[in-house]
Amino acid sequence: MHIKEEQRERHTLAVIVDNEPGILARIAGLFTARGYNISSLTVSEISDDDRISRITIVTSAAPEVMEQIIAQLERLVPVHKVTDLTAQGPHVERELALVKVQGTGDHRIEALRLAEVYRARVVDATISSFVFEVTGGTEKIDKFIELMREVGLIEVARTGVVAISRGREAA
Amino acid sequence: MAEKSGADILIETLCDLGVEVVFGYPGGAVLPIYDAIFKQDRIRHILVRHEQAATHAAEGYARSTGKPGVVLVTSGPGATNAVTGITDALMDSIPMVVITGQVPTALIGTDAFQEADTVGITRHCTKHNYLVKDPARLAPIVKEAFYIATSGRPGPVVIDIPKDVQVATAAPAPAGPVEHKNYRPQVKADAKRIEDAVDMLAAAERPIFYTGGGIINAGPEGSALLRELAALTGAPVTSTLMGLGALPASSPQWLGMLGMHGTYEANMAMNRADLIIAIGARFDDRVTGRLDAFSPHSRKVHIDIDRSSINKNVRVDLPIIADAASAMADMIAAWKARQHPKPDLGEWWNRIDGWRATRCLDFDDDKDVIMPQRAIRALWEATKDRAPIITTEVGQHQMWAAQHFGFESPNKWLTSGGLGTMGYGLPAAIGAQLGNPDALVIDIAGEASIQMNIQELATATQYRLPVKIFILNNEYMGMVRQWQELTYQSRYSESYSDALPDFVKLAEAYGWKGIRIEGRQELEAGIGEMLAYNGPVLVDCRVAKLANCFPMIPSGAAHTDMILPGNKVSGEMDDEAKALV
Repeated sequence: MHIKEEQRERHTLAVIVDNEPGILARIAGLFTARGYNISSLTVSEISDDDRISRITIVTSAAPEVMEQIIAQLERLVPVHKVTDLTAQGPHVERELALVKVQGTGDHRIEALRLAEVYRARVVDATISSFVFEVTGGTEKIDKFIELMREVGLIEVARTGVVAISRGREAA
Repeated sequence: MAEKSGADILIETLCDLGVEVVFGYPGGAVLPIYDAIFKQDRIRHILVRHEQAATHAAEGYARSTGKPGVVLVTSGPGATNAVTGITDALMDSIPMVVITGQVPTALIGTDAFQEADTVGITRHCTKHNYLVKDPARLAPIVKEAFYIATSGRPGPVVIDIPKDVQVATAAPAPAGPVEHKNYRPQVKADAKRIEDAVDMLAAAERPIFYTGGGIINAGPEGSALLRELAALTGAPVTSTLMGLGALPASSPQWLGMLGMHGTYEANMAMNRADLIIAIGARFDDRVTGRLDAFSPHSRKVHIDIDRSSINKNVRVDLPIIADAASAMADMIAAWKARQHPKPDLGEWWNRIDGWRATRCLDFDDDKDVIMPQRAIRALWEATKDRAPIITTEVGQHQMWAAQHFGFESPNKWLTSGGLGTMGYGLPAAIGAQLGNPDALVIDIAGEASIQMNIQELATATQYRLPVKIFILNNEYMGMVRQWQELTYQSRYSESYSDALPDFVKLAEAYGWKGIRIEGRQELEAGIGEMLAYNGPVLVDCRVAKLANCFPMIPSGAAHTDMILPGNKVSGEMDDEAKALV
């Protein structure tokens, strides 16, 4: 007997929660306990009084499991609202990466040239290294990091995805 | 106003909320609360002998009275011992509030004596939990916890209170109820969906009500409304383990329980139905059997208060989010308003009567050896006029009780359904007896399960609770042995109950009356002796050792593949079957 793999699709969820102790553990734990996958998770306070947080979760699951993930999240007492941005329609997704590259000579010049193509900013420089700041969709960041590997990548820090719906209405 | 200690605030808040009984066990981190209990006489504290038993007793109290059960235990081992019962309450949707002591705030995270990360450990086996860091927050948190435990789909809530917060003082909080600031479960169904459901029901040729514990949780009103709805539509009714008693077992519309050990007629009717109305039931694996073969020709309406129950295991055509009683009241009103006549289901009932003719619960009686099914039926015959409250442990005896004991009303059947916790029955019976002092409360047990919380015999003795324990003693962990017979060619690995105590002497050692029933001729007299005794009785009823519980749908099989009594079943199953629970 072998364990079967299932078909999955990627969804980005915006989860509005009470900013209370343990809320992140509650949500992360729900995903592990029920066998759901988390590709990325970001969290920050979004209200004036610091009482409400917005959590952006990128997950992948079969469609019927996706429906369960949302229902299970909504069932948590401190969760106000869950929006499936992917299902809802057009939305903007961004993440930010800090990318450290080491090198001299041609590699250094190539790194700068590629950074310009990707609109990455230099936020730190030494005689033999740069730290670039780059924002964009996940694919763009992936691609930039892949290119930097060729010219001396030594370290990466990424924020994970934040997302918001397009148009004038709130999600 | 003068400030009060956290412990006093806690006790006063519990009194305000109408709490009458607390099940608990003292320890270092709850000493201030126990001192506050000592100084008052409004709340009755029941001292159990193990914290797990406190949680099951609270469940039994809650399930039989409809009120939330309250537990008080200390930090560390007190809290971890309570985890099984907390998880049990979560799985079976039992309203419960568990108060745990914690090491003083300054010691949290230092691996202090009897420290455990209680909120971390219970985060995923509670509906919600709290760590209270300020005595001024105690009253609102306790009130909010009761609101959460009892509203929507009920469940357990843990409140972890560090010892310094119990001692520190704060101004008393204003009286009055506290709800949660945004948690408002949907209770009232969408009107259009109710109308659609009613029209589907009126048009169906082969409808069936599939009901569950949600109806019991909706209160006595839920059961009354189910009876009215069933009478109005003439449709057959089956129920999960948790829903027994919502419809009287004596009703001609009652098909018996469905699922793995359900009746042939209930499972066949589910399989052949053209419309299933699921109310307060969650399509769990014990009910559905093999999912791709589950009721293939039916449209499905699912009424549940928990949206995550909808489409979790089985896709449904019409989901309705609502409290079971509220939705049934709306359905009855809509049925009448739309002037639907009582449908002619004669043909459907003819088919059902054909399945009933299988007499799937029949068993070969014996004139010498007591068949376990016979023992349950004899117990039912002897007690049915007294509307007893029955609790069970987990295993064959539990399924036989579900099959052969007829329940006429709700809140009389207390069993661990979702989690399947051995050791549930005795403490649950103690809780039920405290909530219903005049009721006849019987724990139908197995000789293996009863030993998991046997120490609670002392609790019943201390509080003079006339609980009865009826052990079906077959000297095996019977359900494990049955699965080994079906799946592993009768290789009975570790399922024999060796070195059993003398249960009669054990009962007597705890101040109980002990009775042994050894042969068929002694059965009725033994039960009579148990019932005649005004106090706690333990009956060691020796039954056939190798009897199996049928009907049975093996794991991963379809409803139509039931094993009936008389089928040859011993053998070896393939790996796919072995991997299923």
